[in-house]
Amino acid sequence: MKKFLALLLSLSMVLALSACGGTKSDDTTKADETKTDAPAETATDFKVGFIMLHDENSTYDLNFINAAKEACEKLGVEYKIITNVPEGQECYDKAAELADDGCNIIFADSFGHEDYMIQAAKEFPNVQFCHSTGTKAHTEGLSNYHNAFASIYEGRYLAGVAAGMKLNDMIANGYITEDQAKMGYVGAFTYAEVISGYTSFYLGAKSVCPSVTMDVTFTGSWYDETAEKEGANKLIANGCVLISQHADSMGAPTACETAGVPNVSYNGSTQAACPNTFIVSSRIDWAPYYEYAITAAMNGEAIDADWTGTLATGSVVLTDVNTTAAAEGTQEAIDAVKAELENGTRHVFDCSTFTVKGETLTSSKADVDTDPNYTPDTEAIVDGYFAESTFRSAPYFDLQIDGINLLDTNFGG
Amino acid sequence: MNKKQSLFHIAKRDTLPWYKSFAIRGCAILLALVVCAVVTMLLTGENPVNIFATIFKGAFGSARKSWVTFQNLAVLLGISLAVTPAFKMRFWNIGAEGQVLIGCLATAACMICLADKLPNAVLILVSLAAALAAGALWGFLPAFFKAKWNTNETLFTLMMNYIATQLAAFFIIVWEVPKGAGKIGIINQGTEAGWLPVVGGQKYLLVILVVAVLTVFMYIYLNYSKHGYEIAVVGESQRTASYAGIKVERVIVRTMVLSGAVCGLMGLLLTAGTDHTLTTTIVGGRGFTAVMVSWMAKFNPIIMIFTSLLLVVLGRGASEISSTFGLNQSFSDILTGIILFFIIGSEFFITYQVSLRKSGKKEA
Repeated sequence: MKKFLALLLSLSMVLALSACGGTKSDDTTKADETKTDAPAETATDFKVGFIMLHDENSTYDLNFINAAKEACEKLGVEYKIITNVPEGQECYDKAAELADDGCNIIFADSFGHEDYMIQAAKEFPNVQFCHSTGTKAHTEGLSNYHNAFASIYEGRYLAGVAAGMKLNDMIANGYITEDQAKMGYVGAFTYAEVISGYTSFYLGAKSVCPSVTMDVTFTGSWYDETAEKEGANKLIANGCVLISQHADSMGAPTACETAGVPNVSYNGSTQAACPNTFIVSSRIDWAPYYEYAITAAMNGEAIDADWTGTLATGSVVLTDVNTTAAAEGTQEAIDAVKAELENGTRHVFDCSTFTVKGETLTSSKADVDTDPNYTPDTEAIVDGYFAESTFRSAPYFDLQIDGINLLDTNFGG
Repeated sequence: MNKKQSLFHIAKRDTLPWYKSFAIRGCAILLALVVCAVVTMLLTGENPVNIFATIFKGAFGSARKSWVTFQNLAVLLGISLAVTPAFKMRFWNIGAEGQVLIGCLATAACMICLADKLPNAVLILVSLAAALAAGALWGFLPAFFKAKWNTNETLFTLMMNYIATQLAAFFIIVWEVPKGAGKIGIINQGTEAGWLPVVGGQKYLLVILVVAVLTVFMYIYLNYSKHGYEIAVVGESQRTASYAGIKVERVIVRTMVLSGAVCGLMGLLLTAGTDHTLTTTIVGGRGFTAVMVSWMAKFNPIIMIFTSLLLVVLGRGASEISSTFGLNQSFSDILTGIILFFIIGSEFFITYQVSLRKSGKKEA
């Protein structure tokens, strides 16, 4: 027995030694190869790096990943996507590694990446750093650090029009009375981006269905399938007859499909999973921004510190309307309102369409320049409407308007 | 009654000479790599040599990657060193995650609240004291209850993790910027107040140096000090320790305070040294991974350098694999799982001898 064991051990040691030798020589040839490759690549090619919070299993990141691939393939540039980068020091490390790797422009997709991108931007002045959803580029004063967002509130408003049409349909059918036209909204955090989103959705619905009210609940997470599902169920139990959401899982849409309650979705179509209840979905298409920023960087032109994509740039898009669930004439109504938004005859946050504590707004200071005390610093009411995403790309509308009832709040954590 | 006998006979071994036990471990790692290679080929069709080369490249591919790897190594090693005295004492402390996090929270509190009130050097000293005290408190509480009322330390330390997480979540809301974002971001990014100084022009060198010193200290403390001896005796048998005149309760409390304080120090290094922020996930499960590092190294601080290096390299290589080959991050988790399975499994063959029964009847 002992002999057998000794034999086995010696055999394994020999194998281990030979294996070590083998891999070592492999490594060196590998290193040589990459070394000879590298200078040629960087000399001729333009390279783009992307930092993503999660991978393609998250609808939020998938939306960015698809846009990144689309833009880079269209422009014919080499690119590298790094997924699952947490919102901490790893983000700086990855950004720096991409810069070391010869990337000329680097994008990050999550709000919490911002400070680490700024840190990297300070260290690599010749590399462009672009951060989606951030708020600090216009005050940071770095020529190579940029923010971007889209006027998604316009998309939400259009989706709201579709929701209002559905409510009118339900009232006309005698399914509900005018007073029972209550919508529900599952939000992630009580954060300006979410507040701006549900308010514009509500105003869109109100523009066609004046008696509408809305309950809002918050999950305290951008992705929590169970909490989103429970939130939607709670709203349905509270008498909400139509649900929309601003969070990244399938929780709310699937809860709606189970309960047979119409749903206005976000981040892309959920029609495949919810064929009977999905009405329409709005989303941000990041490809136009990626194309713009990469092209500018390739030509050595300056990139805007704050870039806001619009309906016109193709950054704010709506999916096709699901005719099974939506009211008749929804697509036509959306197209008509869209035209008005684009030519400026209609504004989403028109002060004549909503009140705050029973009063019409004539002045409102928003916290546009990010600071620890949330100091309201910029007058946002211009020509009778709240000018969203004008003073910086990320949304800053955070007023609680009448008609919307917050069941709870969640400021983060 | 003639009991049915299994084909294998398992017996506890005498202590193996070191070269034999190392041969078994080497063999296990080799087998693990072979299994990884087969799994890789079957599941993805990629060349396994390329995968291993990519793991290596991900960890040491450039100077920066190597620095980050060593920084990660230092953090994991530091937390592992912190939990080791308690484990050697057979005190099941699984609260390192919370002890580090509370150190991070204490540091962040000092950095945010005292930044414009104190000169930088004083601020760092205050942060250090606060982090050590907070970590020590998180270690003291379960130890005190264990010593006084014999409460279950596993549950107690586990619960303390949740308290630390919730406290951190609460203060993140208090300090978040902008409102509703749920993020603190980099603390004092403009002024760098309360940031630990950069040594030798390398961001991560300080952390590495501190942990290097800590490793030597812990090695000496455990093996050559009276305290270390007491810990070992209490770990072997509390009754023997009492009989030998060791005050068991005092040793338990003292050791856990030390464990907690070292965790607090790691929290300071994370928040003031590298990340400069506070999130509920800043420790990232390393408080639990440290348990494995410590046990795999049999509580030997020097061996721990290698066990934590192995885990860190695998983790760093993992993300490189997922971006290079377009594989999901989960794939590298599978590889890490296979390798750990074999390494931990090999300990069985080091402790026990397995032999084939020649004939059931004869040995009965």
